[in-house]
Amino acid sequence: MNETKDKIRTFIVDNFLFGNEEGLKDDTSFLDGGIIDSTGILELVSFIEETFSISVDDEELIPENLDSIDNVVAYLERKTG
Amino acid sequence: MTFSKDILNIDPEKETKKICERMREIMISQLKRRGIVVGVSGGIDSSVTIALSAKAFGSDRVVALQMPERHSADETLYLSGLVADHFSIQKLHEDISQILEAVGFYKRYDHAVRLVVPEYGEGWKSKIVIPNVVEKSGFNIFSIVVQKPDGSILKKRLPLKAYLEIVAATNFKQRTRKMLEYYHADRLNYAVAGTPNRLEYDQGFFVKLGDGAADIKPIAHLYKSQVYQLAEYLDIPGEIQERPPTTDTYSLAQGQDEFYFSLPYDQMDLCLYAKNNDIPIEIVAKELGLFSEQVQRVYNDIDTKRSTTRYLHLPPMLIEDVPEIKAHP
Repeated sequence: MNETKDKIRTFIVDNFLFGNEEGLKDDTSFLDGGIIDSTGILELVSFIEETFSISVDDEELIPENLDSIDNVVAYLERKTG
Repeated sequence: MTFSKDILNIDPEKETKKICERMREIMISQLKRRGIVVGVSGGIDSSVTIALSAKAFGSDRVVALQMPERHSADETLYLSGLVADHFSIQKLHEDISQILEAVGFYKRYDHAVRLVVPEYGEGWKSKIVIPNVVEKSGFNIFSIVVQKPDGSILKKRLPLKAYLEIVAATNFKQRTRKMLEYYHADRLNYAVAGTPNRLEYDQGFFVKLGDGAADIKPIAHLYKSQVYQLAEYLDIPGEIQERPPTTDTYSLAQGQDEFYFSLPYDQMDLCLYAKNNDIPIEIVAKELGLFSEQVQRVYNDIDTKRSTTRYLHLPPMLIEDVPEIKAHP
């Protein structure tokens, strides 16, 4: 799962923070931290669907699955496990 | 005062006088133009704005610009003409379909929809919608609703690329209209009015450099319920006062509360007022007949929209201040 976490972190840092990962912890809320807005969530969903060859269902579009690096990793574990 | 819908009651005569005085002051001291152009849609906000403009500057100093296009509702032209005639205001008609055709709007829009619904084409209609935060928690992800020529409806969640392309194409409409408003304003040495109410202004319900662009926004401080109170006082034709709020932007009829706001405008007004004035959630919930968790979700949604649309309000950002040039002298 470290590889998964690295991929998510790299995507977040490159795509939303222009390479500046200062202050981004694995449990930092993307929304509360002002890192990702609702369009950003769509970008994240596109990224994980393409990278991990999954389809995110409508009812899975909730903060518990997508609002931090830890949450995304746990969601992917459940989804692919 | 007890919290109820009456809390948004205003003295419309006093408010009208205040707005008109301020409009004249701004025109004389800041804008220095000779009159005002108002894009009219037949909706309540532009109708009230045009009535206020006529009171502030005189009917002969106001131009009502009607700018329908192929997807506009049938009654748009009739209602916008009705209000202009009612106040003896000159109306100009610019059908923007040809301009939209020339910039490729219709092709680009249809292409974007076909990313999600490949069979979309001639005779189909569509709109985009968001889930209602009152009924459902989660992220606000847009879906497209299409109506087939046989009348049947299909709804699909929009992936990033299709969503962005649909919104980008649709924004041509508001920007084309604003371009024409400024054309006529420049030609006449007039200013351009923006017509947002407080809900729209606060929640970023406008297109940057489209309907968000203006020299003066006379009703941006008023909750939508208060705009209706002014409409009654200003004697806006009844057909306009009774028309439900619509975006009149997509080919399929779309209410503002399915595209952007979580509740009908009168309830949304009360939630925004309550949030702005620290009214406890339990009291708001009781008044609106909602659960506290639902009001909390609306409050959260208000914060999210303020945050995600902040950039729409921002002027171009400078790296360093240029002290000789101030936006508000």
